[in-house]
Amino acid sequence: MAAIELRNIVKVFSDKRRGRDLLTLDNINLDIEANDFVCLLGPSGCGKSTLLNIIAGFEQATSGRTLVDGQQVERPGSDRGVVFQQPTLMPWLTAIDNIAFHLKLKGVAKAERHHRAMEFIDLVGLRGFEHHHPSEMSGGMNQRVGIARALLMNPSVILMDEPFAALDAQTKLEMQEELVAIWQKRRCTIVFVTHSVDEALVLGNKIVVMTRRPGRIREAVSFDLPRPRDITSPEFNDAKRHILALIREESTRLAQAS
Amino acid sequence: MTSVIDTAPTRPAFRLSRAFQGLERLVVPALLIAGWEAFARSGMLPPALLPAPSAVLHALGDWMFGFDETTQTYSGHWLRDALASALRVFGGFTLASVLGILAGVAIGWSRLFEKTLEPTLQMLRPIPPVSWIPLAIIWFGIADKPAIFLVFLGAFFPVLMNAIHGVKTVDHNLVRAGAMMGASGRQMLTDIVLPAALPSIFAGLRIAVGSAWMLTVTAEMVAVKSGLGYVLWDSYYFLRYDIVLAAMISIGLLGYLSDLGLKAIMARTLRWQQATTVQGRAG
Repeated sequence: MAAIELRNIVKVFSDKRRGRDLLTLDNINLDIEANDFVCLLGPSGCGKSTLLNIIAGFEQATSGRTLVDGQQVERPGSDRGVVFQQPTLMPWLTAIDNIAFHLKLKGVAKAERHHRAMEFIDLVGLRGFEHHHPSEMSGGMNQRVGIARALLMNPSVILMDEPFAALDAQTKLEMQEELVAIWQKRRCTIVFVTHSVDEALVLGNKIVVMTRRPGRIREAVSFDLPRPRDITSPEFNDAKRHILALIREESTRLAQAS
Repeated sequence: MTSVIDTAPTRPAFRLSRAFQGLERLVVPALLIAGWEAFARSGMLPPALLPAPSAVLHALGDWMFGFDETTQTYSGHWLRDALASALRVFGGFTLASVLGILAGVAIGWSRLFEKTLEPTLQMLRPIPPVSWIPLAIIWFGIADKPAIFLVFLGAFFPVLMNAIHGVKTVDHNLVRAGAMMGASGRQMLTDIVLPAALPSIFAGLRIAVGSAWMLTVTAEMVAVKSGLGYVLWDSYYFLRYDIVLAAMISIGLLGYLSDLGLKAIMARTLRWQQATTVQGRAG
């Protein structure tokens, strides 16, 4: 059984003001195996974030079934950790309290919460900043808190919605390396939404290329280049060429259609 | 990567102005008072109509400490009068804060309360609290109660409006993050929505404490026989404009102090917000 099973997912947004419906996801079928690092790659507006929100339980598919560990997804829950595009931390809580917020909601005592959160502070390299508020930290540090917060719940899957899009190029590279290291160390299932071909190839061992609206799966590419990945190696470039060709084919198809 | 925005940069110009810190805020009041004193002493208006600041200070001093009985029956009774007003402010303001926050959060959070409760409250809101005075007097007589009732009316709506606004404008993604971490409906309210709405709630409380002082004084002029507002109005009947002005100053001062107190509580509660202000931790 796959960790995540998407069966005939269709999502239609009804645009009430203009009185028409917008087909966003058109019959998505996808199996994601446990411990996979899957990148959903597609242009903006292709519905990849919507698909992630459906898995997270923030949005309901118009039709189709979403199963995580064999369970039908109906609402958000701590079995699916989400890392948002913006860090989305509680601004009134310190880094450690943000990371341990899930434990607070479960009624775990403060000393125990902090004890357990320290492991994740170390994991994301924030020792010394555990008592800082989000407003006192940089965007990259806040996003680390967001990742640690999701990991602490020990979810069966982690869903990431372009979490590094707002970071500068250098921080982004660092964070990508760290994320891969964390994934290798903790063996978790990650679904990572991105519009960057390079990011998808650096991170994923499976790259799901989506088409422009309405979102369909163009091709799911397996990519098992050993890590750390050399982004100048011929294998990397071959894979990149293949994916870019898929995307280009898509644009030409659209250009001809219009 | 590891830099922390903590203190404001110390530019030379910045350090220079720091030497005058505290003094700069005295410049405008000092000029105003000096001008007023000069004008009052010039004799263009009779001293009874525009007492000089020195005369007002004299009246205020005697009212407070009773050294030469220039303020006659009020001499030395300032503390009693100020306390009477302050207690009314405190009573009405506390009541308004508790009920305003409860109603505001309920309306902001629940569609049901918004539909049932809000129209009535919004209909009552435009009625000036002062226009309730006749009813307040027949319902509560002439004592503390009508004053507290008026203070409540004046303070309730700012608290209510800001609490509704605070809850309604909570970042939708924080609610999603809470749901992702498994927050129950009640936890969503107490652990996410309420703390997120606090800055807005405090803004409402600060407006409310100002209204509270305004309405205490108004009520004391009409419906109560004690307090700073009563002294102000009574002195007007005896043409003691020095005491009228001394009472105005007292009200201003106490209102300012209550706001400072509230600001101190706010600074403690919202400490997490302070690093985001442009001027760092000052002010």
